[in-house]
Amino acid sequence: MPDVILEARKITMQFGGLKAVDSLEFKIEKGQLAGLIGPNGAGKTTVFNMLTGVYAPTSGEVLLCGKSLAGLKPFEISHLGMTRTFQNIRLFKDLTVLDNVLIAGHQHMKYGIFDALVQTKKFVTAEQGLMDKAMDLLKIFKMDDKAHKAACSLPYGEQRKLEIVRALATDPKIILLDEPAAGMNHSETHHLMETIAKIRQQFNLTVLLIEHDMKLVMGICENIVVLDHGVKIEEGHPGKVQTSQRVIEAYLGVEEPG
Amino acid sequence: MKFLKAPLLTLLILSVVGLVFDFALDAYFQLILLYALVNCLLSMSLNLVNGYTGQFSLGHAGFMAIGAYFAAYANTKWDILPPALNALEFFIYCTGAGLFAAVAGLLVGLPSLRLKGDYLAIVTLGFGEIIRVTLLNMDFLGGPRGYSNIPGFSSFLFSFIFACVWLTICFFTIWRVMHSTYGRGFLSVREDEIAAEAMGINTTRMKVRAFVLSSFFAGVAGALFAHFTKFISPSSFTFLQSVNVVIMVVLGGMGSMTGSIVAAFIITILPEALRPLQDLTGVDLRMVIYSLSLILVMILRPKGLFGDQEITAVWRKYARRNS
Amino acid sequence: MQDFIQHIINGISLGSIYALIALGYTMVYGILKMINFAHSDVYMVGAFAAYYVARFLGIENNPGFSTLITLLLFSMLSCAILGLAIERFAYRPLRKAPKLNILITAIGVSLFLEYGGQVVFGADPKVFPEVMKDFVLFNIADVELKSFDVTVLLVSLIAMLGLQFLIFKTKLGRAMRAVSANSSVASLLGVNPDRIITFTFIVGSALAGIGSVLVGMKYPKIDPLMGMMIGLKAFVAAVLGGIGNVGGAVLGALIMGLSEEMVVAYLSSTYRDALAFGILIVILIFKPAGLLGKYSVEKV
Repeated sequence: MPDVILEARKITMQFGGLKAVDSLEFKIEKGQLAGLIGPNGAGKTTVFNMLTGVYAPTSGEVLLCGKSLAGLKPFEISHLGMTRTFQNIRLFKDLTVLDNVLIAGHQHMKYGIFDALVQTKKFVTAEQGLMDKAMDLLKIFKMDDKAHKAACSLPYGEQRKLEIVRALATDPKIILLDEPAAGMNHSETHHLMETIAKIRQQFNLTVLLIEHDMKLVMGICENIVVLDHGVKIEEGHPGKVQTSQRVIEAYLGVEEPG
Repeated sequence: MKFLKAPLLTLLILSVVGLVFDFALDAYFQLILLYALVNCLLSMSLNLVNGYTGQFSLGHAGFMAIGAYFAAYANTKWDILPPALNALEFFIYCTGAGLFAAVAGLLVGLPSLRLKGDYLAIVTLGFGEIIRVTLLNMDFLGGPRGYSNIPGFSSFLFSFIFACVWLTICFFTIWRVMHSTYGRGFLSVREDEIAAEAMGINTTRMKVRAFVLSSFFAGVAGALFAHFTKFISPSSFTFLQSVNVVIMVVLGGMGSMTGSIVAAFIITILPEALRPLQDLTGVDLRMVIYSLSLILVMILRPKGLFGDQEITAVWRKYARRNS
Repeated sequence: MQDFIQHIINGISLGSIYALIALGYTMVYGILKMINFAHSDVYMVGAFAAYYVARFLGIENNPGFSTLITLLLFSMLSCAILGLAIERFAYRPLRKAPKLNILITAIGVSLFLEYGGQVVFGADPKVFPEVMKDFVLFNIADVELKSFDVTVLLVSLIAMLGLQFLIFKTKLGRAMRAVSANSSVASLLGVNPDRIITFTFIVGSALAGIGSVLVGMKYPKIDPLMGMMIGLKAFVAAVLGGIGNVGGAVLGALIMGLSEEMVVAYLSSTYRDALAFGILIVILIFKPAGLLGKYSVEKV
């Protein structure tokens, strides 16, 4: 039995009369690269919001490494080692690329305000260490030369990459990527997916990503959860999902018997 | 003690400047200069909340009032050090005033900082007014008659240097906090709270920290104000005073410390500079011009004088364009 | 017991005046998501407009129904024009600016009107013209129903019913609701948001004009800073009821009027002004959306 790192137990999200997600269950194993797919409006981002504590599920619970996340705030969940990126990019726009990454390192900074005021040795070494780490991360994504540019001045694809770098800077065990390739062209997407596979190896990460482009997910994911209208309709390895009648119907629509 | 080098140097320069002013200005302008220093403290501290952390507070006058009344009361009622150490005693009371205001900031901030934007503005305005109304009803603090005969410094030079000590402390505290992980935390709250939370920033705690630190210096500013005017009353700390500080922050540019300082001087001196106009026309047009220019600044230069940059960066840009 | 009922009547009368002003706040907030700080000063200008019109027409000592109507009309008209001008020249250039800039501009406009008022009208209080005689209309079981209170109630009731009709039964009202719900979609469907916003300011300001004449009638001392406190209370009423919600503003205003009357009657009048803020803080901390407001979830 492999280690389960993230588990959703019958999580439901209700907005007024609308059930955006209905009793969703899945397990993600440690080290896996998993995908959450489904047509537009299937409730994928809502699932991410429940997992990371932005929304509290109407019912059900989420477990991270066997520990329930019920009632935890997003920042506490981040401290437990789960972090995310956003579909509609949410960088700290007016700050520099480097600052964006440094902010994510805040939870690992152990000095107090007083250390900063009198510039203690602890402060200086901690800041230097954080800076080096941030630059190393930026280097992996070939963005170290843009460290002092404002985040909002980056082209779209780079902003998406910066979101991933920022998330990595929190030292996560598991990272949730919300449509990381949205708006990228074919070769950019291909490149990004390679990088994601690479960082997974390097940082010993578990990755869960949302994507509505089926082909892309099939190529790299080991486990796929398919969502339609808030309900899980299929789960398993790509081969199984690809041939599932229900998935094909969800994506292409049901053929009217003629 | 390397960390004291820059602050002490700054203080030394400011003292020399004070010595020059001591000879060059008459008593009236010297008093205005002292008010400008108090306003600098107020605007720098509010900039921490409004500019850096992006939380709109409209109750700064309330914390200033708490500091002012504490210092006034302590100075007239207590006597903890021999007269030779008067300055030190003032310093201790100013610190006390700051701490008192900081506690008030904590009590106000904890419940209200969950609110955002306009709502936060209104709630802080409400707390500010409640502090004022409470002071009005406190007989042992003079009630509506105010508190008079507050001891101050005998000479301008002493007052100036004393204010500059606090100004230096305030400037370097905020500057160094802003260049640490805490400062970056404040900025992340301003930029995007949801993203900040996802990156592990406890946004509520960050906001409260900024608010408490800001209240501390507002309290100190109140204490200095009490020393300089020697008389305070609840009407010195109305909603209008809070608005005044907000205007300084916005005029200087939200998130620019040097901007806050420059704007504090402009806003303090502008009404005085417009005084001849009053003699000319016979009516008091100062506040009309003042409010009109506020609207115009918002429409024509919405980011304030310096935007979120410091004066050095603005200057460099200007020099580059001209060369 | 009679006292208590008397206080209730006074409270409702005060509350309906708050309601007229609160409606202006709530309508503008509903459509632009901004606190129009200058609204209370529009109300102040309305009172002065009525004052000068009465003097100009020589009806300041001519109480009666015709005076009431004339003053109401002129006050509404001048408030509407002022509201229109403020929207056009101060707020419209900032339509896309950050909220903070708009808020500060609103404070700037408010200060401008207050201090401009002191220059133009003079800082000392003026006596509002006598709109009608105050006499006891009914006397039920020792509870007096005075003509002032009845007039206040009737006029504000008519104004609110008119507003209700305008918002829910006319084409213009439908456009207003559409812009308030989603301005960009409304503009795609052929509604011109700028026109609707202008119209909202006109209606809200005109209501404040009605309020100013009614207040002038009841408390006939007017000065350029008269809007400050009553404006804040009306705003609190709007927030209490759920800002952006028309029915909520009326409900909140009645609660404000009644509780203020009761605090003054049975507790102490010194804390009267702190009461408004106390209520506001409690509401915002425990039920930020107000009594009838909807709490919206931020989209991530």
